[in-house]
Amino acid sequence: MAERERAATPPYGGVFSARSQVMDAEDLRRAVTRIAHEIVERNHGLDRVVLIGLQTGGVPLARRLAEALSRIEGVEVGAGSIDVALYRDDIGLRPVIPEAVTDIPFDLTGLTVVLVDDVLFTGRTVRAALDALNAYGRPRAVQLAVMVDRGHRQLPIRPDYVGKNLPTRIDEIVDVRDDGVDVGEKKVRGPERPSERAN
Amino acid sequence: MKHLLSISDLGADGIEEVMRVTDSFVEVSERAIPRVPALRGKTVVSLFYEESTRTRLSFEMAAKRLSADTMNFALSSSSVKKGESLRDTCQTIEAMGVDALVVRHSSAGVPWQVASWVDCSVVNAGDGWHEHPTQALLDCYTIRAQRGSLEGLRIAVVGDVKHSRVARSGVLAFTLLGAEVTIVAPPTLLPPSLVGWPVEVTSDLDGVLTKVDVVYVLRMQAERQTEALLPSLREYTARYGLTRDRVALLPDDAMVMHPGPINRGVEIASDVADIPRSAITRQVANGVAVRMAVLFLLLGQGPSGPLSGMQGPSGPLSGMQGPSGPLSGMQGPSGPSSGARG
Repeated sequence: MAERERAATPPYGGVFSARSQVMDAEDLRRAVTRIAHEIVERNHGLDRVVLIGLQTGGVPLARRLAEALSRIEGVEVGAGSIDVALYRDDIGLRPVIPEAVTDIPFDLTGLTVVLVDDVLFTGRTVRAALDALNAYGRPRAVQLAVMVDRGHRQLPIRPDYVGKNLPTRIDEIVDVRDDGVDVGEKKVRGPERPSERAN
Repeated sequence: MKHLLSISDLGADGIEEVMRVTDSFVEVSERAIPRVPALRGKTVVSLFYEESTRTRLSFEMAAKRLSADTMNFALSSSSVKKGESLRDTCQTIEAMGVDALVVRHSSAGVPWQVASWVDCSVVNAGDGWHEHPTQALLDCYTIRAQRGSLEGLRIAVVGDVKHSRVARSGVLAFTLLGAEVTIVAPPTLLPPSLVGWPVEVTSDLDGVLTKVDVVYVLRMQAERQTEALLPSLREYTARYGLTRDRVALLPDDAMVMHPGPINRGVEIASDVADIPRSAITRQVANGVAVRMAVLFLLLGQGPSGPLSGMQGPSGPLSGMQGPSGPLSGMQGPSGPSSGARG
């Protein structure tokens, strides 16, 4: 889940306020291209490799990676998306809502799945995603690609492909968009917008 | 949101939110193993003081697909037969540690009363003639899945409106989402007052059928009719039954819906219930996903869920809202806790 959206979900509240840009659009494009090359190298090609973006922040990134991969290797790479809300371990502790419908139009059994997300933080979303993948088959291997690894892991999970390692304070927010990456804080907002959601 | 008692608790935004979340649960239902761990460790109890096939099984399946534990309360083999009161029964069940009670009762307002007695979530699965909110939600979802939206659609609700909780919840939900509703019924099967219902009323079915997007046929509720409201069922079928001849009057893309159970040959002809444009089995299929969404939104949200700002009665339809206090208004045929039938 994109941090910007989680930040806008009660009881977290608040709106994202950018403080500094850490990657611009060109940096982002180069990172996507490099990660794509690393995926090809690590898997000796793209045979039976598919990309699954985590709703919602990982989905546009998975799409960009799929485009880059087909440019490099000249083959189409399967791309899907997964919403992990129903597999989270904090259901009942905070409001958890499915953001979008999961779209995995293929059986994952025997495939190498590259999970794609925008920001890797505690690792709990990735744990939920690993759990959710089981419902769609038994992949040969699962790898993890993230644009920003901001640290503060709470589970033994590590990424295979990283756009940028970015040390952060735990209360900072990292916002990945198509045109760059910002670091900032959330500004608490008034109580007059109880049910507003991001997007 | 803690309870789902009435459609008016949700309002238009709340209904839209349930619809949106239902999309995710439809995807879950289509998987080879249609089960997610979302409500692990939660317990859902069906407390049905009235017969039911689809609603009870649908809630039970929804809870199981969310990995919740389910318990079933069979009236005929329970201590209600020994005279245990509704309140004692509810509090006994709650003491075992349940997270949601799904309540059906033949008296209006019972779910409100139960909600005031217990700390767990309460879902109204039908109270007397009054409301049946999850039926209205699954009907909205079924229409939305086919037509994209209810905005501006013309929906005819045909039949025994007087005794129909499906009609009360349905009319509320359809009009909140922007549909234009026409009620078609013989005068004896209309509610005593339609003040506050944002609907048109007619008794001319053939005149309405040519210009509707959805024809929603209600069940003839013979078990709730205590007096002679119709000359005969045959006469009712002749004037208000959805026969093959009447289906021919419908626009090509019109949907035929029915909440079930069907009285074949009374309100709907047997062969009409099975035609392709009939959405009746899709209604049942969507019912499971909608109830998954409802249970998840009630039990999976923690202290301040996204619907928490939407509690309470809303706006223009207050004239048809149910009991503001428990057990007032729109009373069913029997008293507060005497509706038990074997």
